[in-house]
Amino acid sequence: MKLEDLRKMVEKEGPDEVPEGEARFRVTVGMGTCGIAAGAREVLSALLDELEKRGVADVIVTQAGCRGMCDREPLVYVEPKEGAAVTYEHMDGGKAREVVVRHLIGGEAVAAYQIAGEGPKD
Amino acid sequence: MEDLSLHILDIVQNSIRAGATKVQIDVEEDAAANRLRFVIVDDGCGMTEEQLAKLHDPFFTTRSTRRVGLGIPLLKQGAEQAGGGVTITSRPGAGTTVEACYELDNIDRPPLGDLAATVWTLLVLNDNVLFEYRHTRDGREFDVSTAQLRHNLGTRKFSTPKLAAALRQYVADGEARLAAA
Repeated sequence: MKLEDLRKMVEKEGPDEVPEGEARFRVTVGMGTCGIAAGAREVLSALLDELEKRGVADVIVTQAGCRGMCDREPLVYVEPKEGAAVTYEHMDGGKAREVVVRHLIGGEAVAAYQIAGEGPKD
Repeated sequence: MEDLSLHILDIVQNSIRAGATKVQIDVEEDAAANRLRFVIVDDGCGMTEEQLAKLHDPFFTTRSTRRVGLGIPLLKQGAEQAGGGVTITSRPGAGTTVEACYELDNIDRPPLGDLAATVWTLLVLNDNVLFEYRHTRDGREFDVSTAQLRHNLGTRKFSTPKLAAALRQYVADGEARLAAA
């Protein structure tokens, strides 16, 4: 793919940005040394890929540094526009795709991957 | 870190946390010289001589959330095991340069890993930072820069799923062409 092809592809697609305040979710991936070593790059990649495949545009994906829970990385924080935030631990590409489908599209947090001691865990 | 692409991602993330607005990443594979080298130059806040001296100590970090810093000690260990080394130069206010080199054919050299995934991740997550990435392999090269992308794509956010997917393909294609040569 040439730069020219990239430009045409993007022009054809048109803008898909949502203003900051209108996004339904903000999803944050821990990208400190600990997150990167544990597989955060693959988690970010899977999240964005699944969002794109499913045509979801009203979710903002961003990053955070180390928050001191290195042994639980890769960590993903999901903050809805309204309601309580959820932290997912020990994520991988497959789990990230599941969170897109069940939580970001389906609206139900995936309890099995939620960090211990936060919210319902069954 | 399993491979060099993850080290590069980690080091550049340090640059960004140091307030860098411009980061240059060069990766050179030179079979004739039996050398693999990467250099990362940033314009972040830099380090004092004292901080620089402590950088190779895993129990030194400026972070408050975790008391062990492992990025640079691991990089140094990997390079030294593969007939190379790491050089870091820095001055407060003048940015930091990290250079790592390896013997290309050393069996202990960590693999390059997925450079396309690292470059894509950096572009998508830090679209306010000016990146200049260049990967040369025995005289051939692939390069991509934020300025070049902005010139063609305007001011759109790189992290929207659609644009991120297009960028992923663009960077992966560039690296694949280089690998196929």
